[in-house]
Amino acid sequence: MLISITELRKIYRMGEIEVRALDGVDLEVDAGDYLAVMGPSGSGKSTLMNLIGCLDTPTTGEYILNGHAVSGLDDSELAHIRNSEIGFVFQTFNLLSRATALANVELPLVYARMPAAKRRQRALEALERVGLGDRVKHQPNELSGGQRQRVAVARALVNRPSILLADEPTGNLDSKTSEEIMGLFDELNASGNTIVLVTHEEDIADHAHRTIRLLDGRVISDGRRNRTGARS
Amino acid sequence: MIWDNFRIALQAIRANKMRSLLTMLGIIIGVAAVIAVVSIVQGLNHVIATQFEGVGVTYIMVFPRQDLQDPDLAGREVTLTYDDGLAVMEQAAGLELFNPVFYRGEQTRSGDRRHPTMLLGIGPSHQEVSNHWVEEGRFFSELDLQRAARVALIGRKVIEELELDEPILGSDLIVGASSFTIIGIMEYKGEMMGQNQDDFVLVPITTARDIYGVDAVKQLRLDFKASSPETIDLAKDQIGEVLRRRHRIAEGTKDDFRVLLQEELLERTGAILGTVTSVVGGVVSIALLVGGIGIMNIMLVSVTERTREIGVRKAVGARKSDILVQFLTEAVTISLVGGLIGILCGWGLGIVGAKAIPGFPPAHVPIWAIALAFGFAAIVGVFFGTYPAAKAASLDPIDALRYE
Repeated sequence: MLISITELRKIYRMGEIEVRALDGVDLEVDAGDYLAVMGPSGSGKSTLMNLIGCLDTPTTGEYILNGHAVSGLDDSELAHIRNSEIGFVFQTFNLLSRATALANVELPLVYARMPAAKRRQRALEALERVGLGDRVKHQPNELSGGQRQRVAVARALVNRPSILLADEPTGNLDSKTSEEIMGLFDELNASGNTIVLVTHEEDIADHAHRTIRLLDGRVISDGRRNRTGARS
Repeated sequence: MIWDNFRIALQAIRANKMRSLLTMLGIIIGVAAVIAVVSIVQGLNHVIATQFEGVGVTYIMVFPRQDLQDPDLAGREVTLTYDDGLAVMEQAAGLELFNPVFYRGEQTRSGDRRHPTMLLGIGPSHQEVSNHWVEEGRFFSELDLQRAARVALIGRKVIEELELDEPILGSDLIVGASSFTIIGIMEYKGEMMGQNQDDFVLVPITTARDIYGVDAVKQLRLDFKASSPETIDLAKDQIGEVLRRRHRIAEGTKDDFRVLLQEELLERTGAILGTVTSVVGGVVSIALLVGGIGIMNIMLVSVTERTREIGVRKAVGARKSDILVQFLTEAVTISLVGGLIGILCGWGLGIVGAKAIPGFPPAHVPIWAIALAFGFAAIVGVFFGTYPAAKAASLDPIDALRYE
């Protein structure tokens, strides 16, 4: 079991009002799974994503990621888990605008304190993997949207994390480019990467093998599509 | 990691060249001011120290003090004679040598060239006492002194001004109304506080008496050499006592002579220069403070502008301390680059300034001043960079990633 979540709650206080962003979520994800998290805005999928990504800690409940009990960790321990266990892909790419593709991909390895030569080699491999071996010296503003997202995927992969966490990865892309990026995710999953995909688009979620739907902070459905079967 | 941070910092500075330069301005001005002043003051100090070293701290001069405004001296004939000097040597402790000096401004002439200079009539110990030696030719012999020979030793400046031709030794020189044979040239001394030290003619004191009369040598300068630097204060006191007794100066009235120690001169100039340095230091610390506030301001702007970047860095595994160090490095880099530019500007300013003031020695920038400037710049960077860096480090990654 890669991810094991039990009774996860996240409660925000806004003055007198108590907002239960997550209200008792149970979730288990196996290594190699391809999971889509769906739900309307306000359903708690962003909060869940932040908790899975170790950007935030739950109010109550337990979250075990690859053997680490994340719930009780402090700030720098969470940073370490994010660095070694999680690869983020964001809707807005979130690349450093002044850095080259290579430098962007190297970033997680910098914080892993990897020596520069090894860092460079690993980053080049990751860029090759997403098909950008010939764009390593380009800055983000010299790349197309699809290429930028590929750089972001390479950055997410470079630390060999246990999960790839993608938050609306095609939200800023046209449909053709979206398909290409989703194709990349499919490939990565096929070669063994665990992927958690947050989206509100059905046809994007269809790429995943399993879909959970959230509403008002609870899981309302958890469906697995058989791997060979047609999309249902 | 430090190298990475440094590279990021330089990148950020280069990305906003104009802004970075304006930010650095306070530091640049502060550091440039301190380096310029220190370089000029040190140049002065350096020259003075080496020149005093040359003269020696054991050199004591006694001048007759004539002051028409002073009621204690009014109506008195102020004298300082060869006999006064002999009495001091006999009665005062701690003195090794004595040299009487007659001094008077005189016109020198060679061919149709004229040059006003200082004529000094000196005794046999002049070289040892003033630590100023004949370079070419010879010093006065005992016979020269006994016979009041018309022989002279000259300084380099006189040769230059009169355009004396080789061979200089053995040629004649008109000083005042008398003709002298040049028997030696004194070693070069250079300038000291804008005063040329090589503009003089030396003749035997007996010759001076012969020419200018006995009355003329009643107001001499008496030069002494103390036996060691330790006895110099004692010697000064004793010279005073002996002369007051000989001149019958009553208790409570002022001396009719003035004892001048090289050491005191050195200390006095040192004190003046020290005051200048500390005043400038005060002004500079204000400039650095203002510069530091400028850095803090721009770093806060930078942190806000780069909120997303901070979020991304945190998402991929940067700890609070990583972000803190990154932004601190940036602040320190800005102030160090500012410090470097300031040092170069100040150095240039010092050189130009020293050249612009006539008679000033060349600027001299000591290593400690550079180290101090860099040190201060670094401290300003750390001090004023800490708050913005801490603000960056404490940003919540979720909020930072969402920041538009």
